[in-house]
Amino acid sequence: MNRITKLFQDAKNEQEGGLLNVYFTAGFPELNDTTRVLQALQDGGVDLVEIGMPYSDPVADGETIQQSNDRALENGMSVKILFEQLKDMRETISVPVLLMGYINPVLQFGIENFCAKCAEVGVDGLILPDMPMDVFLDEYKSIFDAHGLLNIFLITPQTSEQRIKLIDEVSEGFIYTVSSASVTGSKSGVDSNMESYFARLDAMNLRNQRLIGFGIKDHETFKQASSHAAGAIIGSAFIRVLQQTTDLEQDVKSFVREVKNYPETIAI
Amino acid sequence: MESIVEKRSFQVDSKGYYGSFGGAFIPEMLYPNVEELRENYLQIISDPSFQKEYSDLLRDYVGRPTPLYRANRLSEKYKTNIFLKREDLCHTGAHKVNNTIGQILMAQRLGKKRIVAETGAGQHGVATATVCALMDLECVVYMGELDIERQAPNVARMKMLGAEVRPATCGSRTLKDATNEAMRHWINNPVDTHYIIGSVVGPHPYPDMVARFQSIISEEIRWQLKQHTGSETPDYVLACVGGGSNAAGAFYHFLSEENVRLVAIEAAGMGVNSGHSAATTALGKPGVLHGSRTILMQTEDGQVTEPFSISAGLDYPGIGPQHAYLYDSGRGTFMSATDEEAVQAAFELTRYEGIIPALESAHALAVLGRLGASENETVVVNLSGRGDKDMGTFMKYID
Repeated sequence: MNRITKLFQDAKNEQEGGLLNVYFTAGFPELNDTTRVLQALQDGGVDLVEIGMPYSDPVADGETIQQSNDRALENGMSVKILFEQLKDMRETISVPVLLMGYINPVLQFGIENFCAKCAEVGVDGLILPDMPMDVFLDEYKSIFDAHGLLNIFLITPQTSEQRIKLIDEVSEGFIYTVSSASVTGSKSGVDSNMESYFARLDAMNLRNQRLIGFGIKDHETFKQASSHAAGAIIGSAFIRVLQQTTDLEQDVKSFVREVKNYPETIAI
Repeated sequence: MESIVEKRSFQVDSKGYYGSFGGAFIPEMLYPNVEELRENYLQIISDPSFQKEYSDLLRDYVGRPTPLYRANRLSEKYKTNIFLKREDLCHTGAHKVNNTIGQILMAQRLGKKRIVAETGAGQHGVATATVCALMDLECVVYMGELDIERQAPNVARMKMLGAEVRPATCGSRTLKDATNEAMRHWINNPVDTHYIIGSVVGPHPYPDMVARFQSIISEEIRWQLKQHTGSETPDYVLACVGGGSNAAGAFYHFLSEENVRLVAIEAAGMGVNSGHSAATTALGKPGVLHGSRTILMQTEDGQVTEPFSISAGLDYPGIGPQHAYLYDSGRGTFMSATDEEAVQAAFELTRYEGIIPALESAHALAVLGRLGASENETVVVNLSGRGDKDMGTFMKYID
């Protein structure tokens, strides 16, 4: 079974605190930090990981993530190098891993080739925000399916009820629920508008569970978001940790533990 | 096979594609905005009250029809019949305003209160700020930090017109980054804001909508040429291509007439293979840029590369999806002119005809000598803009 599917199935059965998904940019802060960050996130207790494939023109992202993309590209990061870095990850990494990125680098790599590589290294799903749903369904879904990859769709407060239902129908794994009308990293916390949006989603009884992203940065906002969904996604706030870190492994682990609020005394 | 035999329209299909190019490759955050536009734009454009307001403004405010001028001395030099479509005489100095007038009326009918736009050289920014002043709508223009430094007079014009000019400080700090920032602004302000894209780029329906607003250029060329020559169709239509809005407008009503050769001229910068060029079809590959599948300049890994041209208006790493289709299908002829050739052509037109063209438009003039047009043939060059804004560059060439 796909690791993402299993994670959400188990979470549904166990009904404990929220699932934490952390985003980071591959090849950042240094080219070969990708697997170090990945390992430290797992060691800290993250539930799933979203590895960003850096892109020159990330329109859905705010300044923090764009800067990390620029830096990673300066470091020489590429899709090809990413697959080399990840080739042995399943020897130690057991959490579900998603790749997030924009469609152009994937198209240049070749969709078929890209999906085959994902399956080979043990990637479980993809988030490609600028891939249109109809293109996915008509051209790529069969390739994704053949390689056991889930495609994660996004919804926003502006997404119509009809479209949410459609997205729910074609989604597997979870639905990426963007908390507000914004790019990544621009707002923070959960306000009353979001509350009613989340309540509206709850009332729809979707078949997929949801993770809330955009504006989640610490334990408090994570807890808030998790009370409205299966869990939440942190991106920009974690990139800021990586920007400032002097002890990468320690800082990453501490960040995850603080967000999930594991007592510091329990050694993992 | 049938589709090949059938007469091709080269217009957008019902799904938003030109052949395999086009579409709407946008994040979900932009979907409702773009969908609202897609659902409404054709109905709004075909509404008689819209059409009246649009054509009245084009006549009384923009100054249309712009003349189609037979350039006698230039014709003599190149031994053919050259006509200049004088878009340089439009209000604000270029064809850009045809589109911004159309889009501001569109925005009003969609109930939008604010306008966001991107600009490279500042021509589209000025044309947008102008119509926002005219209609009393709030205007934010994103411009690359580097371009703000290079194009101070246009920045001043936009500010005088009441627009807020915001610098794009990420990436290469030029047009493509300004476009990214404008898209982000639209994501952050989805309900009350309309994004006025300046060229035939972006997600469907933008390329088609902008081409329709620019199609007035070829509509006029047809009847004006008939008055001059007795025929509505020339043998060649020449236009420069950055994103390609003036070319889209100049080609529009000739697309299905395959005896009219449509010639798009890209900016070769310091030379197509110099590493400092914006000749997209020569250097690019199919991919996705700013919401549509098109041809773009990119690395092997699919990262968008930074183009170069002396002309800021052609300094863009992609072309509109319709142009990608014209190139791919062979319907369009794609040529390029270097910085030097463009400057020379600008001086030539100035000395032969007393018209100082924009550097962008000069690229189209620069290929006249290699076109191979005969004495009996007719060549229409779309003179998309005037050269006032480029005097700083031209001054360097005046001894």
